[in-house]
Amino acid sequence: MKKIVVDHLKYKYPLGEELALQDISFQIEEGEFIGIIGKNSSGKSTLCQALVGLVPHFYKGAYGGKVIVDGLEVKTHTIAEISLKVGMVFQNPFTQVTGSKMTVYEEIAFGLENIGLPREEMRRRIHEVLKLMKIEHVKDRSPFDLSGGQMQRMAIASIIAMKPDVLVLDEPTSQLDPAGSEEVFQAIQDLSGQGITVIMAEHKMEKVAQYCNRVLLLHEGKLVDFAAPEKIFSRNDLETYGVAAPVYTRVCKALGMKKQGCDSYPVTLKDAELALRGSLG
Amino acid sequence: MIKVSNLSFSYTGGGVPVLSDINLEFDQRTTAIIGQNGAGKTTFVKLLKGLLKATYGEILIGEYDVKMRTAAELARKIGLVFQNPNDQIFKRTVLDETMFGLLNIKMGRYTAEKLAVEALELVGLDDKLSMNPHDLSLSEKKLLCIASVVAMDTDIVIFDEPTIAQDHAGKEIIRRIIQKLKEKNKLVLTIIHDMDFVAENFDRTIVFNEGKVLLDGSTREVFSQKDVLEEANVEPPGITQLANRLGLKNTILTVDEFLHECAK
Repeated sequence: MKKIVVDHLKYKYPLGEELALQDISFQIEEGEFIGIIGKNSSGKSTLCQALVGLVPHFYKGAYGGKVIVDGLEVKTHTIAEISLKVGMVFQNPFTQVTGSKMTVYEEIAFGLENIGLPREEMRRRIHEVLKLMKIEHVKDRSPFDLSGGQMQRMAIASIIAMKPDVLVLDEPTSQLDPAGSEEVFQAIQDLSGQGITVIMAEHKMEKVAQYCNRVLLLHEGKLVDFAAPEKIFSRNDLETYGVAAPVYTRVCKALGMKKQGCDSYPVTLKDAELALRGSLG
Repeated sequence: MIKVSNLSFSYTGGGVPVLSDINLEFDQRTTAIIGQNGAGKTTFVKLLKGLLKATYGEILIGEYDVKMRTAAELARKIGLVFQNPNDQIFKRTVLDETMFGLLNIKMGRYTAEKLAVEALELVGLDDKLSMNPHDLSLSEKKLLCIASVVAMDTDIVIFDEPTIAQDHAGKEIIRRIIQKLKEKNKLVLTIIHDMDFVAENFDRTIVFNEGKVLLDGSTREVFSQKDVLEEANVEPPGITQLANRLGLKNTILTVDEFLHECAK
């Protein structure tokens, strides 16, 4: 089933001179894990915000085309209605924190209170996400007393607790150390395995290559390509879009070693090892 | 340039020490500080900058004992770019933000503006001088914070996770700035989680783990110690891991080194 349909989407910020999104069309199936890549200002964050309705409802501006999430047309529904289906983790966790709650525990409860969940259900879910994001030990701290990494985990926990069908994340692990970011990617992959559709804007290409089913490449507000990671990262013109392929792909490309049994280059450590083993030594 | 002796620190009087018994000396080698969240990296650089005072031990910056000096005195010697740009930015325009520190060390307005613009050129923000910093994107805000500190022309420059939110081009800008500072014989100290960037840009790497120094040496030495790194939950750079899995003997740090090794 098509979970997300974006049809000729065009968007301009109120004070912008050019279109931030220029005639974008694509479709996403239920349960897919999609990576959005592209250089800064290519439209990644704007596209994320268009999926949750902040574009155009919060930012206003000029809007054309359609975004349909799980049957709901974003433009004709309120953010409140859309928020029951789609959750978004902001790029800067600091901007996501409500500022109206004294503890991490209450901060995570905020969204749940707003959708009017029964108290017991709230407690159950908060307990679950605190554990999933490994922040149980800071649950009584002020949200602003956390380290960058802890705050980012809390930001993700607050959204996951709402159990959205579609999870949109804008560079969700930028503040985390490598081990922590691996943990979070695995947790998100588990959610995706449970049928949640995941869309993530990300600069860590090695992670995109490893975890995403398909990758959407944006450049200056236009969709350049939407395909499997191997296909995207094997493109010869990748650098003109300000994107560097994973280090594994760069090495294999330089050595002309394609992935076994296909016409693209390896994108993960494991595949690169397989392709290069035997040819070296 | 910096000498740290028997340094310990805890945020609460008798509480768990965040740093315990750190002994380090820094010279002009570009140095990366790596380790897990909560290892004490940010606390350590705040102590160097005099924003926190050591519970025990001593920090010497050149001939200055950090404990005996005010933050204002240290501002001419050592610059620190905060991890979160929102903690640093507070002026109304990009230019004012970059000039703030310079005017504070009593530099004339004309020179201050000149130095500020130069620094903004370096990070590619010189076309946004009159913009409100809060209208910048996160990656631009981080570059603005870097420019504000680089403009101060201190002998020691510390970055706290500069590559967060940067794309390929942003990382290239930061790479160039580090090289430039190095050429001017400045000490560049950087807290960072991007191991590929560490491998490509830093002479020396220090691994912090649970408030202690676990490893300290040339970047190549440090990334060759797979088992110790595992203990600190640090993964070597991707290319280093690939070379290791393929059984290459030398510790490889960059794609070029890898290709060179294969060509042998």
